[in-house]
Amino acid sequence: MSLEAQIETLRGDLSAAIAAAENEAALDGVRVAALGKKGSVSALLATLGAMAPEDRKSAGPAINGLKTDIAGLIEARGAELRAAALDARLRAETVDITLPLKPGPTARGRIHPISQTIDEITAIFSDMGFSIAEGPDIETDYFNFTALNFPEGHPAREMHDTFFMKPGPDGVKKVLRTHTSPVQMRVMQKTNEKPAAAYLTPAMDPPIRVVMPGRTYRNDSDQTHTPMFHQVEGLVIDKSSHIGQLRWVLEEFLKAFFEVPSVTLRFRPSFFPFTEPSMEVDVQCDRSGSEVKIGEGNDWLEILGCGMVHPNVIRNAGLDPDVYQGFAWGIGIDRIAMLKYGMPDLRAFFDADQRWIEHYGFRPLDLPTLFGGLSS
Amino acid sequence: MKFTLDWLKEHLETSATPEEIGKALTMIGLEVEGIESQGKALEKFVVAHVVEAKPHPNSDHLNICKVDAGTGTLIDVVCGAPNCRTGMKSVFAAPGTYIPGKDFELKAGVVIRGAPSNGMLCSAAELELSNDHDGIIELPEDAPIGERYVDYAGINGVVFDISITPNRGDATGVYGVARDLAAFGLGTLKTTDFSPVPSHGPSPIPPLPQNFAAGESKAIRKFAGRYIANVKNGPSPDWLQARLRAVGLRPINAVVDITNLVSLGWGRPLHAYDADKVEGQMVLRNARGEDFDALDNKVYRLDETMTVIADDKGPLCLGGIMGGIRSGVTDETVNVFMECASWDADLIAQAGRKTGIVSDARYRLERHVDPALTEPGMELATRLVLELCGGTPMEPAISGEDVFPNTIVDFPLAEVRRLTGLDVSATEIEQILGRLGFAVEGAGETRQVKVPSWRPDVTQKADLVEEVMRMVGVDNVPVEPLPRLDHVAPRILTTIQNRRRIARRALAARGLDEVVTWSFISHDDATRFGGGTADRQLANAIASDMTDMRPSLLPGLLAGARRNANRGFADIALFEVGQIFLSDLPEGQHTYASGIRTGTAGLDGAGRHWSGKAKTVGVWDAKADLAAALDALGVDIEKVQVLPEAAAWSHPGRGGRVALGPKVILGWFGELHPALAAELDIEGPVAAFEIDLDALPEPRRKPTRTKPAIALSPFQPVSRDFAFVMDKAVPAATLLKAARGADKALIKDVGIFDVFEGAHVGEGKKSVAIEVILQPRDKTLTDEEIEKVSAAIVAAVTKTTGGELRK
Repeated sequence: MSLEAQIETLRGDLSAAIAAAENEAALDGVRVAALGKKGSVSALLATLGAMAPEDRKSAGPAINGLKTDIAGLIEARGAELRAAALDARLRAETVDITLPLKPGPTARGRIHPISQTIDEITAIFSDMGFSIAEGPDIETDYFNFTALNFPEGHPAREMHDTFFMKPGPDGVKKVLRTHTSPVQMRVMQKTNEKPAAAYLTPAMDPPIRVVMPGRTYRNDSDQTHTPMFHQVEGLVIDKSSHIGQLRWVLEEFLKAFFEVPSVTLRFRPSFFPFTEPSMEVDVQCDRSGSEVKIGEGNDWLEILGCGMVHPNVIRNAGLDPDVYQGFAWGIGIDRIAMLKYGMPDLRAFFDADQRWIEHYGFRPLDLPTLFGGLSS
Repeated sequence: MKFTLDWLKEHLETSATPEEIGKALTMIGLEVEGIESQGKALEKFVVAHVVEAKPHPNSDHLNICKVDAGTGTLIDVVCGAPNCRTGMKSVFAAPGTYIPGKDFELKAGVVIRGAPSNGMLCSAAELELSNDHDGIIELPEDAPIGERYVDYAGINGVVFDISITPNRGDATGVYGVARDLAAFGLGTLKTTDFSPVPSHGPSPIPPLPQNFAAGESKAIRKFAGRYIANVKNGPSPDWLQARLRAVGLRPINAVVDITNLVSLGWGRPLHAYDADKVEGQMVLRNARGEDFDALDNKVYRLDETMTVIADDKGPLCLGGIMGGIRSGVTDETVNVFMECASWDADLIAQAGRKTGIVSDARYRLERHVDPALTEPGMELATRLVLELCGGTPMEPAISGEDVFPNTIVDFPLAEVRRLTGLDVSATEIEQILGRLGFAVEGAGETRQVKVPSWRPDVTQKADLVEEVMRMVGVDNVPVEPLPRLDHVAPRILTTIQNRRRIARRALAARGLDEVVTWSFISHDDATRFGGGTADRQLANAIASDMTDMRPSLLPGLLAGARRNANRGFADIALFEVGQIFLSDLPEGQHTYASGIRTGTAGLDGAGRHWSGKAKTVGVWDAKADLAAALDALGVDIEKVQVLPEAAAWSHPGRGGRVALGPKVILGWFGELHPALAAELDIEGPVAAFEIDLDALPEPRRKPTRTKPAIALSPFQPVSRDFAFVMDKAVPAATLLKAARGADKALIKDVGIFDVFEGAHVGEGKKSVAIEVILQPRDKTLTDEEIEKVSAAIVAAVTKTTGGELRK
């Protein structure tokens, strides 16, 4: 058989073997059988040495051409096999990505509406230059009533269905605070004593601008009253603040809180022992539908009480009411939360019903800020 | 307080509409709670003529009537009233009318014993106009057929319901309301004739002696009594009955109705005695622990702080609060003794609170009744009795003295501007105060303002500012921005407020739901969790499971979990950040952040899932929650003490305490003690933790906010593993501390990657495997250096733990 015929036969056989290789191992077998030390192509190459120079001139390129071609075919087949193998692996590894995840912890945990509302209130008032002050829940009769100009035995005391504490070791008459107003006195009253606990706000010098959120208690229970509820008190004391500015603060706060472009307020003269003049404030709203809409409509909803701090209260704090003046207000936190977010029943706030919290609660990272918007 | 438009117009000359009056009342501080049209409920009832009434063939008491109700056709009506007869005029209700006294709506097409009945003839009781249900209403012959009964009977009035603040005793009568409205400019106040009524001889009841020892509490000031002989009592006239009914009072008899008329009309409570039922001498004295049969048909035990009007047999009346049954005036009363007295408001309030009696008299007297009305009120009452019942008035019997505060306030007119921002001229201020009855004297900036006797609540400048402001209208106060302070607030929240905020968000981010539970819990729960002392108990709890201030948040959380479980949700993760009470003092109030997980409600969520079933919760969940919250608050749990000293509520072997030294306890974690879980009826397991946010150290004030420079080593860290066998009881923390301390410069971190017990490590022993990371700083470590550190680690650990390197 001529060399040409030999080369072509080999090329044919090897090409067929390469194409038939089912995997990389088989392909490697073909490579060794062809191009290995004892391979068929290598054997053919080895014949070049014994050839006459003129024969070698034509046979060399022919045999080397075969070698290059076979190597190329092996390479190409190898690439093909690797691609097929990767493809098979990817197919095998395929999953049903529509399977549902388990909700992560931030998708499950919720912040209670009261905490959220307090954070919202804090965001608004901090922007107005107010800081946050606090006092104790178990309050002395003095701070809750007497210092706030509730005379002993006055019918005004009966407006508060007070919880009284059993006598303690110090014999001081104590109550569960019926409002957050005693914190006013604690903030204003200058003493030399360091507060007994870290949460108690130290007394301040005027100008004072504080808001005082907290738990309050009254012996009362129905759909809109619970024996425990939350109030936020506000206090401004300086040498010039008056009712005109009180109106501004409340309007700005309510606009910001309800996230509406405008609110209309109605101020009615009223009575609180610790303010004079005293007022109750109604907000204009629309109660015709199932939800109360603030900032529109023709109904009035009582929303807060306020007034100029009573001169007797300023005096009880050790300040001169002819020099210092200011205003205070109190709002029910639960109440404005219900209005804004539409919870119908106050009692459910304190029931720890997981379904309620998950419905009315807020996501852990829904931090109310003015820069990001109070509620998202 | 309720009053009708007609009643108001008796004291106020005005052409204002009910809407205008309502608006004005609210704007001057007499808040309107409602304006009702009194006849609204009865507007469908009409005057009708019974054209024919003949006995029902199938009944011995029913009549079949032909009724003309002005509709143009005669209506068939079956009526059972005994007074039903041909030709009478009565009140008719057509089908579809709601009958208030029966609480049902009349149906059409009714057949009664075979006779059709298309409507109903009504009794006064069915219209809720009186208790008279003996027969249908009889109207005069000239009553116009078809006219609305409310229009015909004049019960179509407007009823105002206003809320009176406790400082406004002067507005507890219609007269006082009219006075305020007149001052506001809504009309002219009409005067009342208080002039003395001539007497006909000495009073059979002499002036009441006021028998009080020196220093004794004494509620009475002036007592004015009037004996009126030979009255003819009985039902009061229709106008008076209608007026009382319109405001929700039940007419009794003319004399009693007069006392109510004066009380509600002028805010001047009275009391009438049947003089013939008085035995012996009437005196004023304090009670002596007697039982008193009051007019509300209840018996009250009276004590020595309460002033009574008594005769020889005992109390006749609890002064200023309520009369007694024994001397009550009835239809048969012939001789009346009418009382009009002034009282100490605080003592009336005190007696009212002690007895719990709520009466119109107490309501007014504890809010101060004008002391200038004591004798005039008696004269007014006498005049009304003579008008309605006749009789002979005897000389007034008067003892004691009224007390007039006669307050004069120095009033700088600029106070109005200072406190409200309103510009009101001096003239206008004078006029407003004048209209309200204040006498303004003097000239110049500061005036002397004399307060009228009916406004004892006005004692200082600010009170006068309010008077001016409420008449000008708060809505007229110009709105002015509050000037900003001249600096950026350095800090809005205190440390503890910030901690609460952070703890809340950190715990919610771990999948726990925030709850807010009651500050008060049951005494048993309080005791179980370390509270229950008397100083933390309410004297007047609202419910038996809300008696004690909570010493821990866990009882509230556990109760919440139980309620959720009862609703079918057993896997619950809850937390609360709130106050707990270690005593009744301000420093006894701490803020805790506490949480619980039940069932399988771990960090990854509860229940079954294709990716794997959730494990039941345990001590590690509790420790992880606590650690995460502490971490958010800047405390690394690995750098504080974690001690195997479980809280009382915890499983003793699966709970611990986190502390900074012996005195500062940061918190507790663990599994709920199985015995406690059983006691609380909670199905386990429960993982719980508590953090005392107040106990965390106050962050140190650093001299600079700049953080220290970071030294990043160019050399790779080296890891070495060791396994030690030691007593089971040796805490892992001891081992870690020893290993970390072996070479503080080189050892970067020590972690535990395996813990096991078993026969092959020995009884009571455990094997703990650690991985130590060495971080070279200035050159690669040589084998000798690594060997040296390893030897130091083994030496330190074996020495501290008493264990040995596992071969």
